[in-house]
Amino acid sequence: MRTLGHPEHADIDAAMWSQIDEIIRIHRPISGAIITVLRECQNVVGYLPVPLLDYIGQEMNLPRSEVYGVASFYALFSMTPKGRHTIKICLGTACYVKGIKEVLSRIENKYHVRDGGTTEDRRFSVQGVRCLGACGLAPVVVINQDTHGDVTSDKIINIVEQYE
Amino acid sequence: MPKLTVDDLKSIKAQNADRLAFKDKTYLLICGGTGCHATGSLKVKDALLKELAAKQLQDKVAVVETGCNGFCAMGPLMVVHPGDVFYQKISLEDIPHIVQDHLIDGKIVDKLLYKDPGTKKHIPVQTEIPFFAHQMPRALRNKGLIDPESIDDYITRDGYLGTAHALLEMTPEQIVGEMLKSGLRGRGGAGFPTGVKWDFARKSAGEIKYVLCNADEGDPGAFMDRSILEADPHSVLEGMIIAAKAIDARKGYIYARTEYPLAITRLQIAITQAKERGLLGDDILGSGFDFDIEIYQGAGAFVCGEETALMRSIEGRRGMPRPRPPFPAHKGLWEKPTILNNVETLCNVPQIMLHGGDWYASVGTATSKGTKVFAMSGDVNNIGLVEVPMGTPLRTLIYDIGGGIPKKRKFKGVQLGGPSGGCIPEHLLDTPVDYEEIAKVGAIMGSGGVIVMDENTCMVDMARFFMEFIQEESCGKCTPCREGTRRLLQLLEKISQGRGEACDIEIMEELSHTIRETALCGLGQTGPNPVLSTLRYFREEFEAHIYEKRCPAKRCVDLLRFEIDPELCTKCGLCFKACPVEAVAWQKKEVARIEKDKCIKCLTCYDKCKFGAIM
Repeated sequence: MRTLGHPEHADIDAAMWSQIDEIIRIHRPISGAIITVLRECQNVVGYLPVPLLDYIGQEMNLPRSEVYGVASFYALFSMTPKGRHTIKICLGTACYVKGIKEVLSRIENKYHVRDGGTTEDRRFSVQGVRCLGACGLAPVVVINQDTHGDVTSDKIINIVEQYE
Repeated sequence: MPKLTVDDLKSIKAQNADRLAFKDKTYLLICGGTGCHATGSLKVKDALLKELAAKQLQDKVAVVETGCNGFCAMGPLMVVHPGDVFYQKISLEDIPHIVQDHLIDGKIVDKLLYKDPGTKKHIPVQTEIPFFAHQMPRALRNKGLIDPESIDDYITRDGYLGTAHALLEMTPEQIVGEMLKSGLRGRGGAGFPTGVKWDFARKSAGEIKYVLCNADEGDPGAFMDRSILEADPHSVLEGMIIAAKAIDARKGYIYARTEYPLAITRLQIAITQAKERGLLGDDILGSGFDFDIEIYQGAGAFVCGEETALMRSIEGRRGMPRPRPPFPAHKGLWEKPTILNNVETLCNVPQIMLHGGDWYASVGTATSKGTKVFAMSGDVNNIGLVEVPMGTPLRTLIYDIGGGIPKKRKFKGVQLGGPSGGCIPEHLLDTPVDYEEIAKVGAIMGSGGVIVMDENTCMVDMARFFMEFIQEESCGKCTPCREGTRRLLQLLEKISQGRGEACDIEIMEELSHTIRETALCGLGQTGPNPVLSTLRYFREEFEAHIYEKRCPAKRCVDLLRFEIDPELCTKCGLCFKACPVEAVAWQKKEVARIEKDKCIKCLTCYDKCKFGAIM
């Protein structure tokens, strides 16, 4: 039973709404599917704006508090917009021992952005992440889908600059 | 596609036997693990295929993309069969040489071979390279050998014969009996005997039961589960089917880390293939037994590796642990009897069914049987996955297999068991890897992450690093973990910033013991381990930070002056060239100078200086 239509939101267009509705339709009958729904919706929109969380809760027949609770618990979900390129900095132990801290501070200083933040021009989002399991290549930085191994604080800016 | 029977399995095996013995043609086995993908193995593969076609060798030479080979730091890598020749760090320019020299002229390409750091000699044969020579692959028996996306390859390597034996010829009691005999203990960290866990769930009353696979490999520095899922996904499915038969479950979930996309893709392919061939679904192998598996992707929470939290997460809730009892074997997922096993544990199961529990228990120590996979990384020459019999000394792992410490630096400590583990110093390196022995020296086996640290590592900083991890990943449910780890972190930060006081060590010890005794789940209870073990073995470093306001390893930036010692400076200018913010003033034949208002304390100059001139 629908009580509200799609809420207005600048970052979600009609095509996205129809994908969101399809995701919800498939998963509504499956108990425990909220995490999957949130993940797939985030893949569509890029992040999870609060009005979208409200909409998902209503359509999945779950209290808003529960949806928000799940979305805020897991590191994968973001409620703030992301940049065009996501720079994931592996903060696993192997990368740490091999100097990822210096790489991160280099990026933070160069682009005036903190870990977890997005540059003002929305070019980059910088995200310190948990071990990516590519310890053989440590220290590791993943930009969008590309894994860069053996990065150092003097090499990293040249790598990042390739992403407009 | 018709459903397979045991006879079909055997005939697939017979048909492919020559291929996997590399008798019918030359095989180029290219590593297609996450590590080698990142270093460009897919491009190498494409270039090889093109070059082979150009030389019209495509019928005589086959290219196979395998799962993770294990020697991750050497990627992109490839093994040529017959001959077992190991080529490492292959670039696109090397392709014509490999094809012309090796495949056409029969000459091994020396420059792509592994070079022993000690003897400086090239070692062409994979199994003679010390990194591989000391290993005993059981869980990793198919790594680098089969195409993980080919179920026929897996079947040829005795795949699904363990399942056939368990489903058609064994009772649940017998399956549990073999597991007990094998002595296999949970490879995820806690080391609980797998057979005992299964027996609880088998005896638990209930129509609906679940088998879960914990593929939420959260420990930083551990990547054995990822590697197994990428290289040999069917072995995990098989382990789950056998477990399901033992406890009489009909449904299984694999809870996989969302950070491992390639592992998830390969698992999905394996599940689809198994369903098509009747190895999952109804009436598996004509046994009348039904079982199905679904992948459930996690969403990035370390605590979800804890069993009760993982089950909450599959139920679509915040992944928070709950007190036990009731244990999951009685009330688990959706309140139904459930068993949860780790990836490495499950992939050992098919072979135990096939060769028997006694076979598995034939290696190992009195209390820890079989083999264990370790992910070795950090400051060690040979980085990668290593499988050795239980009881192997840490020194063998780090020096014989790992090849020792690079850059002629000194060994300082080895961190075992991830954030819940501990640091082991040099004088305890002869400790054998065994659940009890490792615990005695203050670490835990954990999932098997081995992170080697050289003399440039600051132990206060490492303790702070792990505590930051635990603190951020604390789910917040119980007070000792939520507040206690925060307070520990504050104390460690204070010490590393040079504001430490004499009483801080004592406070940290007391607090650590309190957290250990009162926290709700394993994450909290073991959380203070990194602090306790570094205090136990590296106390003098804490004292140097507190009393002398000095960081002996020169890592804690607040305790460094960022000045250049004119006596040590050789005026080479490396620091000037390396500085990212132009804070170093230098001219030829002059001692460099750091301008403090520009310096961002990034340590780049410190790492570049070969003469230790930066204070």
